Amino acid sequence: MNLILVPLIPLFGALLPPLFARSGRDTTMLVTLAVTLSSLALLLLDAPAVYRGETVLAGTAWVPEIGLSFRFFADGLGLFFATMILAIGALIIVYARYYLSRQDSIGRFYAYLLLFQGAMVGIVLSDNIILMLIFWELTSLSSFLLIGFWGHAAAGRQGARMALVVTGGGGLLLTAGMLLLGHVGGSYELSVLLTKGDVIKASPLYPLILALVLAGAFTKSAQFPFHFWLPHAMAAPTPVSAYLHSATMVKAGVFLLARLWPVLAGTDLWFSIVVPVGLVTMLVGAWIALFKDDLKAILAYSTVSHLGLMVMLLGLGTPYAAVACVFHILNHATFKAALFMAAGIVDHEAGTRDIRRLGGLAKLMPVTAVLAGIASASMAGLPPLNGFLSKEMMLEASVSGSLAGLGWLIPVGATLAALVSVAYSVRLAVGTFAGPARHDYPHHPHDPGIGMWLPVALLVVLVVAIGLLPALIAGPIVARTAQAVIGAAPLPYYSLSLWHGFTPALFMSIAAVIGGVLAFQGHGGLARLRSAWPRPEAKAMFEAVITAAVAAARWFTLRANVESLPRSIAIIAVSVLVIGLWAFTHFPHAVGTRAMLPVHVVALVAWGALIAAAGVVVIQHGNRLLTLVLTSVVGLIVSLAFIQFSAPDLALTQISVEVVSTILLLLALNLLPKTAPAEPQTARKVRDGAIAVAAGLGVAALAFAILTRDFSTISDYHIAQSKPGGGGTNIVNVILVDFRAFDTYGEIIVLGIAALAIFALLDTALRGPAARRLDSMRQGLESAEAHPLILVVATRAMLPLVFTVGVFIFLRGHNQPGGGFIAGLVVAIAYIMQYMASGYAWSHQRARFDGHTLVGAGVIIAGLTGLGSFVFGRPFLTSSFGYFDIPLIGQIELATAMAFDTGVFLAVVGTVLLALAQISRIEARAERSPVPDGPSDIRLPQAAPQAGGSLPREG
Amino acid sequence: MEVLVASAIGLLTAVGVYLVLRRQTFPVVIGTVFLSYGVNLFLFATGRLAVNQPPIYAAGAAGYADPLPQALVLTAIVISFGMTALVVVLALRSFLETGSDSVEDSPAAADETAAAQVTTDQARP
Repeated sequence: MNLILVPLIPLFGALLPPLFARSGRDTTMLVTLAVTLSSLALLLLDAPAVYRGETVLAGTAWVPEIGLSFRFFADGLGLFFATMILAIGALIIVYARYYLSRQDSIGRFYAYLLLFQGAMVGIVLSDNIILMLIFWELTSLSSFLLIGFWGHAAAGRQGARMALVVTGGGGLLLTAGMLLLGHVGGSYELSVLLTKGDVIKASPLYPLILALVLAGAFTKSAQFPFHFWLPHAMAAPTPVSAYLHSATMVKAGVFLLARLWPVLAGTDLWFSIVVPVGLVTMLVGAWIALFKDDLKAILAYSTVSHLGLMVMLLGLGTPYAAVACVFHILNHATFKAALFMAAGIVDHEAGTRDIRRLGGLAKLMPVTAVLAGIASASMAGLPPLNGFLSKEMMLEASVSGSLAGLGWLIPVGATLAALVSVAYSVRLAVGTFAGPARHDYPHHPHDPGIGMWLPVALLVVLVVAIGLLPALIAGPIVARTAQAVIGAAPLPYYSLSLWHGFTPALFMSIAAVIGGVLAFQGHGGLARLRSAWPRPEAKAMFEAVITAAVAAARWFTLRANVESLPRSIAIIAVSVLVIGLWAFTHFPHAVGTRAMLPVHVVALVAWGALIAAAGVVVIQHGNRLLTLVLTSVVGLIVSLAFIQFSAPDLALTQISVEVVSTILLLLALNLLPKTAPAEPQTARKVRDGAIAVAAGLGVAALAFAILTRDFSTISDYHIAQSKPGGGGTNIVNVILVDFRAFDTYGEIIVLGIAALAIFALLDTALRGPAARRLDSMRQGLESAEAHPLILVVATRAMLPLVFTVGVFIFLRGHNQPGGGFIAGLVVAIAYIMQYMASGYAWSHQRARFDGHTLVGAGVIIAGLTGLGSFVFGRPFLTSSFGYFDIPLIGQIELATAMAFDTGVFLAVVGTVLLALAQISRIEARAERSPVPDGPSDIRLPQAAPQAGGSLPREG
Repeated sequence: MEVLVASAIGLLTAVGVYLVLRRQTFPVVIGTVFLSYGVNLFLFATGRLAVNQPPIYAAGAAGYADPLPQALVLTAIVISFGMTALVVVLALRSFLETGSDSVEDSPAAADETAAAQVTTDQARP
């Protein structure tokens, strides 16, 4: 189980640094360091088992339906990478404490760094490839945050964006590739997939999988032609460059290729893609590095070149090359991270990292100069350092490869890249440190405190130690890791030592060193040669593509989404019509054969009334009161249709909703303009009419096609199980509160949200310009009596009766038409009648519960009912019922579904009350002045009872 | 009967679409109400039409209307109410705020706003 914690500790530990940021930078650093080291310690607990040759597995299922599991595994490769990530991470954490200035938010920096660290460890330890993709994306995101850490600098923002676009885009391709891989391999667990290499290579999908996976790996590891993002990522603070962009994240792509090596490598296709890409990257990176003046840019392009080297080695597909690659990953991490940190020290102390303004620093900062000099020598591949050893192995491996039938192409390319490598390494070291001291550095340079150079020194000690005693120090690690890369095949013969005799690699190496020094001498001439050539500027091209994409998106958005509702809706409606028309013309559409029901006179009359009402609405929609009345008529006819076609619940619901919404619209209309300006544009009416008629015809045809076809339904189950399973005979209600109660639960929440939105919209309308407009609306009395006596008396007398009806409808709902929705609407109507008859102030004063409480209570009761089933170990919202004998009353049925229905009831009452009471409140503001406060025409007795009950006395 | 129902659904939809394309808020709200009628009836119709067969479980019943579309439409009716209420309140607030119940800006004004937006974005570094 330790293994699960290894990525989780940094991921969750990322919360700690911001919390400790106020305790000082040292405390924050120590906390962050403790997080990383505890993760490393847990990881190393598994090391003995891995080095005995076991594979450590840990984790659990997550979403088995889609093949996602939370499983980790550590073999030689995973352990190697994870150790490297955590160990270098620890050094970087110390270094960053001294690198960042007081103005930088160190808590935020460490949080991002730990987030990245956890994600990166997650990539290399994931057993499940979908899990690995999640971590993969997480590294892209955290890298974005880290590159853009200095968000005030434009270069930082642009670099971060470019890195995110390139690596994020590659991540999407990789996702597709991995899903295909899992599909073909029959498992999403790497530990299984690694044994399925033959199946996958034989699959017709293999080329596609390979292309997608390589796209992900190449973008992440900055391979040509995607290499351009890495140098721009150097806008990040130097600790980030040293960590993400040399030692760890950019190696994720190399890791992926190594991880999937047994599955994907060894085919001609693999060879003919991966080797050329690696070789070209190696040459292009080294060549550009030679001409850069910024220390970090030199290192960035050098990193590109070395990543190309690793990719090429993996591409060769021979076990020997795989060993060389593993060894070089280790060596590159040590010397390149050291060099980045050294470049950061120079920048920090001298105030510039432009090589043209540097030189002569050896006397001023001797410690840094020695460390950087050794690391540069290793980068150049000089003996007796570790860079020399792996470069020799690389040259040795390159001899065996033949590209495009040309046996010399790979070795010559490799030697050339090594040559340029020597040249830029020499230039880096000599240009920065050699020569006489200058007097025009921006700052006065001197060696930094031990906190900054110690991490560099530790890495340089490794550089030398591995160089001198490779078999002793790196031997077991390389053997175990390389074995994990090449899978079941036996390890090839190789020897980690400085002297191999007079091999071809030695001569290539000597040629590279001599040529490199000569190239350094002729740097000026080469630079002139280079500037004479046209060369593509990646950043400008990238920005141009992005700008064009944004412009295209904006153009489309502005055309499709104009600030005019009719036009937007017309676009949507016409688009739907076009799709419908296409389907209509491309598929058969004969009339169905289901027997039709006979028409009778009542139905025909109702139909005629509907046509007439709808027709008048279309013609007279400027007369808004009439429109509203006719709309209610249409609603009533719809309810009649529900009764006719055996849907009593729907009819009850429709008719109560009709009452509520008509009142609501009336109230709103009171404040809105009552008439509309005449529409002069006939052309527009014709256009809209055509769209409307086409839409109507389409829907009618569709409805008719459905109605005249037989069908099979899943409702038979509901009908059969309603009584025995749900304990109710009203099948519709049982579906609502039992079979599909989760839907209903969601729906009452939506209702509640709508009510709250209405409240928010109207509550704030009592301030600002809206309130001023309301005040200006005050009109004279339209009727002598604002609260007519008969209405007041009638509604109050009705209240308890309507409540009784509501309770009755609620209780019978499980077995007969009714239920929470309808009962809620009925009770709400009773309340609203009080607001209408007696005014907002009077009613509001007497309301015991406001709408918020009712909505909240309803949702909570329904939710708790659902949670209750967990107590009995059943899924959410499982219902239960039983029959109980109660003295006098007799046997009654109690079902948990009724508690749920109570929640529905309360939510509906609350929603309606909240909506209408708020509108009434607005009305009261705009009402005739003076606004009647309290019972305008009725004097109440003191301590008035709850609304209803006692008859009011006239005042 | 199927012809009547199908044509009614079509009519309700057509009226709804026509009203939603109007230029003031109130017809748009009424249009959504009509569209709700049409859509609810349409959903209901997917259970086909049945007379005198309410989905109330009873021994010896000849048959039942399909209860599932009914359950879906029941919640849809209530949700439609919630939506109508929200839209009408939105219309009310927008009228109180701006003094106009129009739902469209003149196309020229829209283009101007867009052009201004583009200029500001480009000015940013």
